Amino acid sequence: MTSIKATGLTKRYGQTTAVSGLSFTVEPGQVTGFLGPNGAGKSTTMRMILGLDHPSGGSVVVDGVPYQQLKHPLRKIGALLDAKAVHGGRSARNHLLAIAQSNGLPASRVEQVLESVGLSQVAKRRIGGFSLGMSQRLGIAAALLGDPEILLFDEPVNGLDPDGILWIRTFMRKLAAEGRTVFVSSHLMSEMAQTADHLIVIGKGELIADTSVADFIGSSSQGFVKVRSPRLAEVAQLLQVGELHHDHLRVTGMQPLEIGTLTARAGLPLEELTFVQPTLEAAYMELTKDSLEYTS
Amino acid sequence: MIDVMRSEWTKLRSLRSTVWTLVAAFLMMVGLGALIAWGAVSNASAGATGSAAQAVMIALVALPFGAIAMATLGVLVISGEYRTGMIRTSLQAVPQRLTFLYGKAVVFTIAALVVGLVTAYAAFFVSQGVLSIKDLHTSITAPEVLRAVTGAGLYLAASGLFGLALGSLIRHTPGAIVAVITLTLVLPQLTSLLPGRVGEIVTQHFTSNAGLQLTMVEPRAAGLAPWTGFAVYLIWVAVILLAGTALLRRRDA
Repeated sequence: MTSIKATGLTKRYGQTTAVSGLSFTVEPGQVTGFLGPNGAGKSTTMRMILGLDHPSGGSVVVDGVPYQQLKHPLRKIGALLDAKAVHGGRSARNHLLAIAQSNGLPASRVEQVLESVGLSQVAKRRIGGFSLGMSQRLGIAAALLGDPEILLFDEPVNGLDPDGILWIRTFMRKLAAEGRTVFVSSHLMSEMAQTADHLIVIGKGELIADTSVADFIGSSSQGFVKVRSPRLAEVAQLLQVGELHHDHLRVTGMQPLEIGTLTARAGLPLEELTFVQPTLEAAYMELTKDSLEYTS
Repeated sequence: MIDVMRSEWTKLRSLRSTVWTLVAAFLMMVGLGALIAWGAVSNASAGATGSAAQAVMIALVALPFGAIAMATLGVLVISGEYRTGMIRTSLQAVPQRLTFLYGKAVVFTIAALVVGLVTAYAAFFVSQGVLSIKDLHTSITAPEVLRAVTGAGLYLAASGLFGLALGSLIRHTPGAIVAVITLTLVLPQLTSLLPGRVGEIVTQHFTSNAGLQLTMVEPRAAGLAPWTGFAVYLIWVAVILLAGTALLRRRDA
């Protein structure tokens, strides 16, 4: 059973194409990171999944049906798009109660989710006065109301302080550990490295990669061999490849054994010879460097 | 639909602006009616007699303003969702947009109807109490009085729905309120400047010109019959609501 499936999903605003022919599947029971630079079309895609924006072409289904056809959608999929998109005049409890009632959920669920995000103490306060961190918790409470199998978060750590970030990260991992499908967008690769199992990377509205985190790193050409030697200049001369970085040489396209054999034959001493794995961040930067909407 | 209505009732009652707007409408209607009644009593010469039409007109003197207050609340019920972004949360919970809008409209109309009727009767009885000092009052059982006072309650509710319909069409609070005032206060006056038979028909059928006929013991002779006029006002509301519905279905939230 697939949870979210997009097929040729396209969204145009006048002349601008925000999302173009996007096809992907979010598999159940894991955290899928949805990555891309700002303006890549992540939020637009999420709004189309939730039936808020109408696709200009293609389609997207949740558990096999378009979102608009879900009777009580919050029981199937919970989402946090914009934590501040709430009416500030209502109390946290009434806000959640109205959402719960619309999906035929009992008022007791409101107390449960308030408890689980730690907002029980402020349930009666008007949400207009909430900090971003509290609003984020409220948004997650709303997403959890229907005890859904699928959760969708759009940039959940944006603007949060370290405490808030840690809380969200822990919470997302907990949700995935409960066997839920979590689809979370971010423009920060480092954030994804901490939480995601699978990655869907987009740039300029198009799919760049749809792969596991491990494969994503492996596919990058950014891995290199770090060579240090007291006679570094001679080593560089000998190898003919690689670039000098203050105290070491970075060699791409050669294995450590080849380098070691060559330098041994030439009688050059080595101080260090290490294969350096590319970071997720580097792999991401490499893949998206052509897709940045605004380059500095 | 029942789920949506329960949800919308929670949304409506949990905002202070709802309560304040309704209280303002009530106080304005009752207070201004009593004030004008008091003025009439003070200025009346000894032995003056009032007509039922005048007594009801005094009671309902603030009706146009009460109607604006109701319409403003109607606007806020939907434009508030757009202003705050709550609309995206609402449509996530209820992606069937027609169910969402009509659930909202039904709940709001019922609330507006109850408040409208209570307000109209309160305005009537309080002002008649004041007018009775100089025997200028009328009775609710006098011919056409019950129809006019009940009509005022219905007119308040219909005006609320008029605001909600414009709110769903325009989505911005100030724009929608300006549209309400233009369509129900400004343009109805200006239509009388239109020449000839066409001008007459336009004037008769224009929003509040048509709707207010129901609230008068002696409706304007040049206007439509009371219930016909009110029906025409409801058609205005329905047409705007249908336009709003069509746009809500088509537009991105």
